[in-house]
Amino acid sequence: MIRRNLRAIIVIELLLPLLLTLFGVYHGVLQVLYRAGIIQDVSFLGIGYYQGLTAHGVINAIVLTTFFAVAFGHAVISQYLDHGVSMAGAWVGFVLMVGGTLVAAYPIFTGQANVLYTFYAPMKAHPLFYFGVVFLVVGSWVSFWAWIPGYLRWRKSHPAQKTPLAAVGIFATFIIWQICTLPVAYEVIVQLIPWSLGWTPGVNVVLSRLLFWFFGHPLVYFWLLPAYVMYYTIMPRLAGGKLYSDFYGRFVFMSFIVLSSPLGLHHQFTEPAVSSGYKALHAALTFLVAVPSLVTAFTLAASLEYGARQNGGEGLFAWWGKLPHFDPQRWLFPYLFMGLVIFVLGGITGIINASYGMASLVHNTSWIPAHFHLTVAGPTFLAILGMSLYLCAGVLGKKVAAPRMAVAVPYLWTIGTFTFSAGLFYGGLHGVPRRTNLGMSFLDSSSDAYRPDWVIGEHIGAVGGCLMGLAVLLFFYVLVRSLLAPASVPAADSFALPDSAAVHDEDAGVVKNFRPWVVAGIIAILISYIPPLVQVLNARYPLAAG
Amino acid sequence: MAIARGIPNVEKRVVVAALLFCAAMLALIAYAAVRLGITVPGCVTNVKPFANGELIQVAPGRYEAHVVSKMFSFKPSPLKVPKGSVVDFYLTSQDIVHGFYIDGTDVNLMAIPNAVSYAQAQFKKAGKYQVICHEYCGLGHQDMVGVIEVTP
Repeated sequence: MIRRNLRAIIVIELLLPLLLTLFGVYHGVLQVLYRAGIIQDVSFLGIGYYQGLTAHGVINAIVLTTFFAVAFGHAVISQYLDHGVSMAGAWVGFVLMVGGTLVAAYPIFTGQANVLYTFYAPMKAHPLFYFGVVFLVVGSWVSFWAWIPGYLRWRKSHPAQKTPLAAVGIFATFIIWQICTLPVAYEVIVQLIPWSLGWTPGVNVVLSRLLFWFFGHPLVYFWLLPAYVMYYTIMPRLAGGKLYSDFYGRFVFMSFIVLSSPLGLHHQFTEPAVSSGYKALHAALTFLVAVPSLVTAFTLAASLEYGARQNGGEGLFAWWGKLPHFDPQRWLFPYLFMGLVIFVLGGITGIINASYGMASLVHNTSWIPAHFHLTVAGPTFLAILGMSLYLCAGVLGKKVAAPRMAVAVPYLWTIGTFTFSAGLFYGGLHGVPRRTNLGMSFLDSSSDAYRPDWVIGEHIGAVGGCLMGLAVLLFFYVLVRSLLAPASVPAADSFALPDSAAVHDEDAGVVKNFRPWVVAGIIAILISYIPPLVQVLNARYPLAAG
Repeated sequence: MAIARGIPNVEKRVVVAALLFCAAMLALIAYAAVRLGITVPGCVTNVKPFANGELIQVAPGRYEAHVVSKMFSFKPSPLKVPKGSVVDFYLTSQDIVHGFYIDGTDVNLMAIPNAVSYAQAQFKKAGKYQVICHEYCGLGHQDMVGVIEVTP
């Protein structure tokens, strides 16, 4: 059971960002319409294209994911580590995160921060935008710190036990987050805020980009790992079985701590400041981080097969039919399973992007958003939707209304996402740029820049984007109806996340403690980042005022 | 070995297979980079940022293009070279970060203020090539298009 005062924090931390996401998704749908040339204007209903694009990225990729990771983490730590959440820390974190979000929302919605979520220095935003982002991130740190004393207490009082796998996954998520947000905090606090306040004349742009992309890739593991926690600890149980190997779950989370950071240069293959050798090293390290995901693919498939066979599944592939794909009682299953299906393509296209020489073909084309909508808008977003509904209904003691419709959402979302990405992949390979209001030039048949060969891809993308929007509307219908349902106190008091036992429950061995893996991760970062940092600083680029 | 304790063999094989898969892909990338010359732009720090865009003929069929990007255009544009020319592009920005993508070629660079990017291209086909700014640079971003005219 989760204690009452923590329930309030969890529910607000889930619902507030979801409410904002409604706007983020609305502008996602608008973007595909602008890009398909259906809206040919700089703005629509008072929101500019690039203003909405900023809100879409900041809300969906930063606000929603950060709040969700914290709220889900509270639930996991509370359940598995004997109520190990310090309430004072959780409240301070909560206030900082909510305050930061509201502070950043003001300049975004008044059009004073059209800098997209990557900051784009020396493009300048209102100082409040940067302050808001800092408060949000620091709030997530404080929330994480609120779990550490409880974890240490638990370890001391359970010396013979392994730390529960779900808690290991959540700690791995936030260790990665803590490490990767430090350089970007430096960028924002030391470089961007004093400059946007007019205290410093300019920004070392190349340095700011190196610092941002140090953060940019581990960020995707921060998005992904809460979903991995669900895949390893919840999905096997929903499938009626067990996790295939406990050791490998731990091994995968520990590997991410080491491997998720020393590879950010693969976002900067086309940058002038860093030598090709270090770009190649980061490309190779990016391939290494695919290994834990490939292992995950095996372990999860084996777990699902085990569950299906326990329930009478047979044959080489026929056992797939014994999984609860359409079971309204286990409506959460397809949110996790379809996320994995989408992630197969997201992972493969990620490997393509990391492939060094491919950068010239795909860099900054619509191929890139096609790829990351198969990761952050695939496994991550579906897991967030499913678990937010599950947790909100659970801790409030409500039954999920319209469970059949809840089952339909992930399928509709999957069809939409695949269609959207197909259009953008096609366009990207034909040179369509990302982040561009295409309807004003390239997709306007009266413009000199008109590109008839780009029309088909953007139209396919628009169909997919609208289906994605429809799926989210259906989800909100289920969510709101569930929240309006009568609450049952005993149901809320007995709520717990499903917990999967393991088929192979091995001795934890080398994956028992975080410390050696954190140390290895820091060494990997120093080796891979000190020389490029020295190159950038030695180049002595003058400050740019923007 | 401690790491091996209690791990079912089949999963050890999965780790090995995953490592081999990645090694094979990396070998192909290395082959493409070294033998086929498919690579990424390197580090250019020996060229001072310049303020004027110009096209300089350095030899018959060989050109140097100094391209300046600034909200919301590239200079020089249109940039005229004869078919078969090899052009060295040096790129900088006078305000914020821009992108530089020559449609139908492998030239895909970032224009960063106070820094210089470099790429080389050979234009084997006559015609007009669009130069597209593919990095968000403000309200006029979608109109930032240049032209390279390759004459027969």
